[in-house]
Amino acid sequence: MAEITLKSLAHTYLPDPQSPEDYAIREMNHVWHQGGAYALLGPSGCGKSTLLNIISGLLEPSSGEVLFDGEMVNSLPPEARNIAQVFQFPVIYDTMTVYDNLAFPLRNVRTPEARVHERVMEVADVLELTGQLKRKAKNLTADEKQKVSMGRGLVRDDVSAILFDEPLTVIDPQLKWKLRRKLKEIHQRFAITMVYVTHDQLEASTFADKIAVMYEGQVVQFGTPRELFETPNHTFVGYFIGSPGMNFFEVTTQGDAVMSGDVTLTVSDSVRAAIGKARSHNVKLGIRPEFVEVHDKPVVGGMEVVVDHAQDLGTYSILYLMLGDMPLKARIEEDQVTPKGKAWLRFPDERIGLYVDEFRVEIDHE
Amino acid sequence: MNKVYNNRAWWLILPMLILVAFSAVIPLMTVVNYSVQDVFDANTRFFTGTEWFKEMLNDPTLHAALARQFAFSLTVLAIEVPLGIGIALIMPKKGWQASAILILVTMPLLIPWNVVGSIWQIFTRGDIGLMGWGLRELGYGYNITASPVDAWATIILMDVWHWTPLIALLCYSGLRSIPDAYYQAARIDRASKWAVFRYIQLPKLTNVLVIGVLLRFMHSFMIYAEPFVLTGGGPGSSTTFLSQSLTTMAIGQQDLGPSAAFSLIYFLIILLVTWVFYTAIMNMQKDDNNKEA
Repeated sequence: MAEITLKSLAHTYLPDPQSPEDYAIREMNHVWHQGGAYALLGPSGCGKSTLLNIISGLLEPSSGEVLFDGEMVNSLPPEARNIAQVFQFPVIYDTMTVYDNLAFPLRNVRTPEARVHERVMEVADVLELTGQLKRKAKNLTADEKQKVSMGRGLVRDDVSAILFDEPLTVIDPQLKWKLRRKLKEIHQRFAITMVYVTHDQLEASTFADKIAVMYEGQVVQFGTPRELFETPNHTFVGYFIGSPGMNFFEVTTQGDAVMSGDVTLTVSDSVRAAIGKARSHNVKLGIRPEFVEVHDKPVVGGMEVVVDHAQDLGTYSILYLMLGDMPLKARIEEDQVTPKGKAWLRFPDERIGLYVDEFRVEIDHE
Repeated sequence: MNKVYNNRAWWLILPMLILVAFSAVIPLMTVVNYSVQDVFDANTRFFTGTEWFKEMLNDPTLHAALARQFAFSLTVLAIEVPLGIGIALIMPKKGWQASAILILVTMPLLIPWNVVGSIWQIFTRGDIGLMGWGLRELGYGYNITASPVDAWATIILMDVWHWTPLIALLCYSGLRSIPDAYYQAARIDRASKWAVFRYIQLPKLTNVLVIGVLLRFMHSFMIYAEPFVLTGGGPGSSTTFLSQSLTTMAIGQQDLGPSAAFSLIYFLIILLVTWVFYTAIMNMQKDDNNKEA
């Protein structure tokens, strides 16, 4: 059992890094609390797997510290860290039976055979592998194999955390949700810290209590799925989480007006004041398609937009709109009238996010 | 799926059948033809039935050659397989060193049998050969034309030098195909070096090793040119293997009937051993549901 702390951690694969872009992991601080279910979410190549391998000890970080319960483990090899890791492709020991596979990590440290049996039976029961124990592992299906690789992590009672590196990549869609539920169950039963790497936001939000979103080697936000949705900390989170992603407008103030390109945006005074205070040329307003108010008739404070087309997704539709020359999207529920030709939008004040240099800035709403 | 049964589909195997007939069956049948007849000249022949086979099976010189042959094949396999695996394990995995070592290791495989024999013939000469001269200088009375032990040791050494690279190359390619995740998982499972070898590397090498062992067995069981050039089968008949006995009989003495019978027996032995070995390995990999966990 452990709390995993990353202290000013950075990693580069290059011998002589010059700029921040040379780093696979840019300097970061982070804490994974004992017993939590976490997801590490981000696009391919953002450094998720690198971070995972640093935690498990397969990689040694270029700088910074990895602490388990306050103790520095940087130089400890994986075998000394009490960490289990499940890989993208199931790793099983072909020639062994399922039983021997599960017993392997215990036998490697010379656990008494009676104890091995007890643990293997318990884990096999949880993973629903009891009926397969005598089979050769190489004859299993992909999802069974992945369960065996997970089982090898669970079987050790000294394990302080289990790391999952996109473990469901090779699993059939209909089995994915089953395995995901199993993971959740295991987490509740064993109270082990779990870190789950994925690029699938649905997978992340169903598995994890808290999600760390990674982008270009940094954790740009660490929060509950709800927080990521409602108050994305970084434009990337806004764009990556949610389907479709957040609408962003580059804005400037001209006198009393808030302009985005040639279009005047109708926003409240507090938002305008906040934009005015920003000391940067990179200022954006963001609003989620779900929060855009759409009207089919002119309304007070409404911005006129052209409706390009609507995409019907059953219980709701996505409207593709043009505000001046800027595209944006809005989501309307099925009972709402789909506007034709023109529509009028309002951005609810409390739903607007202000982003200066891509990071969210709080707006003071008096 | 709907399967349509139509026995005319059997005709589709005809091209293959013709091909196999010309490549294997017809040549083999000419040998079978000789093995059951006593041929004097183009017009005079007698049907002998199984007489040649009985004679060959009871020939003590052939028994001795067969025993030597098995001893030789098993010895070289026992040395080349572990040695080849060992070399593959320590070969560098990447960079220019990997390419350089690969070329060096492959070199002996590119040398023709006769040349290998000649190289070693010269290498082991007491007067000008590096090895022969060196051993004598060290005080060992090395002489492959007089001592059967020396002759045997040299032939085995020569075969190991010539063919271990084949096993090493096969294993090297097998090892390269193991994904990194296996090694990483093994580290996390705290597996010892031996366990990694035993449960990851060796199982992944099974397929290439089966090919390697089969090739080496068949090859070594048919070995001819190298010992013939090196020792000529001597001293005495201590290094006379099966194919040399066969050549002496068929070419030297023109005993076509007995040599044909002998060839067939020779062929069947190789086939039998190969089949037994292959079946045994395949059985080992089967799922054993009745085994107690």
